[in-house]
Amino acid sequence: MKISLNKKILDKNEECAMQNSEFFADNDILCLNVISSPGSGKTTILSQTIRDLTGEIKIAVIEGDIRTDIDAKKIRAAGASAVQIETKGSCHLSAQQVTGALMAIPAAGMDVIFIENVGNLVCPSDFVLGEDLRVVVLSVPEGDDKPIKYPGTFAKADVILINKIDLIDYIDFSLERVIADIRVVNDKAEILQLSATTGEGMENWYNWLRSKITQ
Amino acid sequence: MHETMVAQSIFESIQQLTNEHNARAVEATISCGQFNPINDEVLNFAFDLIAKGTPCEGMKLNIKHIPLSASCKQCGVRFDYDVYKPGCPDCNSMEFDFKEDAPLLLEEIELEPN
Ligand SMILES: Nc1nc2c(ncn2[C@@H]2O[C@H](COP(=O)(O)OP(=O)(O)OP(=O)(O)O)[C@@H](O)[C@H]2O)c(=O)[nH]1
Ligand SMILES: [Mg+2]
Ligand SMILES: [Zn+2]
Repeated sequence: MKISLNKKILDKNEECAMQNSEFFADNDILCLNVISSPGSGKTTILSQTIRDLTGEIKIAVIEGDIRTDIDAKKIRAAGASAVQIETKGSCHLSAQQVTGALMAIPAAGMDVIFIENVGNLVCPSDFVLGEDLRVVVLSVPEGDDKPIKYPGTFAKADVILINKIDLIDYIDFSLERVIADIRVVNDKAEILQLSATTGEGMENWYNWLRSKITQ
Repeated sequence: MHETMVAQSIFESIQQLTNEHNARAVEATISCGQFNPINDEVLNFAFDLIAKGTPCEGMKLNIKHIPLSASCKQCGVRFDYDVYKPGCPDCNSMEFDFKEDAPLLLEEIELEPN
């Protein structure tokens, strides 16, 4: 007996993501899923953003790491609420984990909730969490071949932050190549260059963020 | 792609049906797109492990890779986009319009009564 199903695989995650997404919509929250390799500067960018936008935008952060709450502590030190999800080995966050985390922060009063995903350019890309938009970070020291090696992640980005731009003179990294390679799979995402440590280019990122909050 | 979770998800969907129909699964077909590709070998290995000792043991898993249709913005030619060999086959341009990529689907399953 043949049964035709045409059923989405991983639909449990998608159902749960849908509920998260409804929660964000009901509470006027912009939710951003931040994806990158380990160490690209996600936590540093978020901490600096929180410091610079205090009083203007209410931000909370859901941190995903395989182990430790180091990143959540850094976010709290910067002045925002944070909840740490320890995935205990899993290389990406799932929508269900985010649902749980939302209960541990004063989520409903926020303008923006960032979800810092587990550092990984492969798996997080396949698991929607209920986010409105995706932020992908690529840092200069990782090399300029990453978009072509991990096309899935870059294809689904809404904004791509090229971080650690302060190091560009020390590293063999062609901005032209990176941008051309990103454009092959993604002709819509905004591409912004910045340095979370020197502050260069951060204002463009804040303006992008402001424009998405008012939308 | 995340083959073990995909295998688990397929298995759970099929197991529900084998229970309902008091049957065993002989064959199933899934499909995936180009930006959520599946490694066939890894998925089959994971599925076989999970299925051991269940009504899904020995089931044949067909994995279809659906091409992603693109059209060149320069010369207009339509072609199947290859993530690993980007470039218009006619004019080498790197600018395309894409159709929507295929989702990860469990298309069909064949059961045999116990
Ligand atoms: N030079 C330079 N270093 C930076 C910049 N941004 C971050 N870093 C450094 O890069 C290192 C990693 O930064 P994190 O913010 O922890 O990176 P992450 O992406 O959160 O890392 P994981 O959460 O472990 O994946 C730290 O030592 C930062 O100080 C930058 O713009 N320029
Ligand atoms: Mg971090
Ligand atoms: Zn062409």
